[in-house]
Amino acid sequence: MKETFDVAIVGAGPAGVSAACILADAGIKTIVFERGEYPGAKNMSGGVVYGHDLAQIIPDYVDHKCPIERNIIESRIWYLSKEGGYSFGYRDSIFAAERKHNAFTVLRAKFDRWYAEQARKKGALIVPSTVAVDLLRNDKGGVVGVVTGREDGEVRAKVTLLADGINSPLAARAGFRVEPKPEEVALAVKEVIELPSEVIEQRFGVSNGDGVTIEILGEITGGMDGIATVYTNRNSLSLAIGANLADFATSKLRPYELLEAFKQHPLVVPLISGGQPREYIAHWLPEGGYDTIPALYGDGYLIAGDSAMMFNAMHREGSNLAMASGRMAAEAIIEAIGRGDCSRKGLANYGKRLAESYVLKDLKKYRRFGRFRYRHKEIFNEIPALASLAGREMLTVNGVSKKQKQKMIVKEVRRKMSILRIARLLWHSWRAVR
Amino acid sequence: MSLKIEDKLFLDRFRIDEESHLRIIDMEKCLRECEQRPCLYLCPANVYRLETDRISVNYEGCLECGSCRIGCPYLNIEWRFPKGGYGVSHKFG
Repeated sequence: MKETFDVAIVGAGPAGVSAACILADAGIKTIVFERGEYPGAKNMSGGVVYGHDLAQIIPDYVDHKCPIERNIIESRIWYLSKEGGYSFGYRDSIFAAERKHNAFTVLRAKFDRWYAEQARKKGALIVPSTVAVDLLRNDKGGVVGVVTGREDGEVRAKVTLLADGINSPLAARAGFRVEPKPEEVALAVKEVIELPSEVIEQRFGVSNGDGVTIEILGEITGGMDGIATVYTNRNSLSLAIGANLADFATSKLRPYELLEAFKQHPLVVPLISGGQPREYIAHWLPEGGYDTIPALYGDGYLIAGDSAMMFNAMHREGSNLAMASGRMAAEAIIEAIGRGDCSRKGLANYGKRLAESYVLKDLKKYRRFGRFRYRHKEIFNEIPALASLAGREMLTVNGVSKKQKQKMIVKEVRRKMSILRIARLLWHSWRAVR
Repeated sequence: MSLKIEDKLFLDRFRIDEESHLRIIDMEKCLRECEQRPCLYLCPANVYRLETDRISVNYEGCLECGSCRIGCPYLNIEWRFPKGGYGVSHKFG
């Protein structure tokens, strides 16, 4: 391909396609490389997309037949021991009315394909089945295009946007991002389980295409720093479970066995009973947080989304950070091309925009959260077990006085955890989220 | 309805290249030096299996997460993306 472009984008996920939409709207000649057979073929997330960030790129996405699975009106949190657990939740009718589509579930193979199609309609060239294997550099090291795995596969561009996701050997090879250490990523596996729409609505107490998300912590991750999720789709449930990769390496728990055990949990069984598994996939999540974000731009290139480690583990936000950073990258590129300066200096507005936005502010706020969970394994071990003991004993009516039960529970807590350990946990948890 | 890993991978759509995109660089290292062999456990597709005299690489079912590449304590796995359009294709994602 001897053609030259203004902008080459690596990866047709939410970051790359958001940028492509904004660039194409501004009449900038843009090419997007996607290694999958189609956009979304390699992508995975729990499955929530946020309307606010999508609307900033496609304001009328609902009218454009965005493949929304279910509009989320309730978020539940479960804290589980092996046998039982606690369930909290927040449901609000506002999320079915004025704030409809604040959050909605998607299946990425459908959503990403739809999203890339919007960029194509705006004029961006989307090239699937094409791996970016290297970057073209000038003699000063600046990026001047992409080398693809195709024959004659060099494409020159004024600016290259790396939006190739968390697993990016390209960014590592180019020296733009170090390879993550095992403790800086979580490995998650996901199963899509098919169930009739009316069964899902009955089991989750919803109607009219509304849905529920459940975030689950506790003994289900076998003592590892991790989380599981159950999200409702139209005709299926997305079940995912993941943990820190370093924890997987030391615990020797197999991801697919962890998923099977999760599916057998007494609180999960009634939700998935009778369902048909339809797909099993795996992906990383960026867990390193703010302190592992690489240099976000340089001469002729920028990095956005998961590729730049933008993931807010505290609030399960990632697709929105990808969309917002892709949009801001595109805005900075438009300015840079307008001024004829695509150097590091010319692209610096990208960093400025991100720093002023919620993207970097939120990631900075929770910069200690990942480390906190990784260090405090009692969150996934002793505490859920003790919490379940307390719940079980207090709810059992057996002639023993409540005072005596309380004494027994406190004694058990003290046996498992010292006062100092509890104090440290409380102090660190405050520091991790303040 | 407990599903084995083989059953799980059977649900997925793969377009398999004749050539592996994964390669163990120095097998001797795995056999003689590596005690923990995390690749045998952490791979979500059970790609790496211990045989009598080697570790086999069943790349056909690879889900392309990258865990083996950074999880190998000796960084002894050469890891490329499958050729464009090859490998796993998510139907749902």
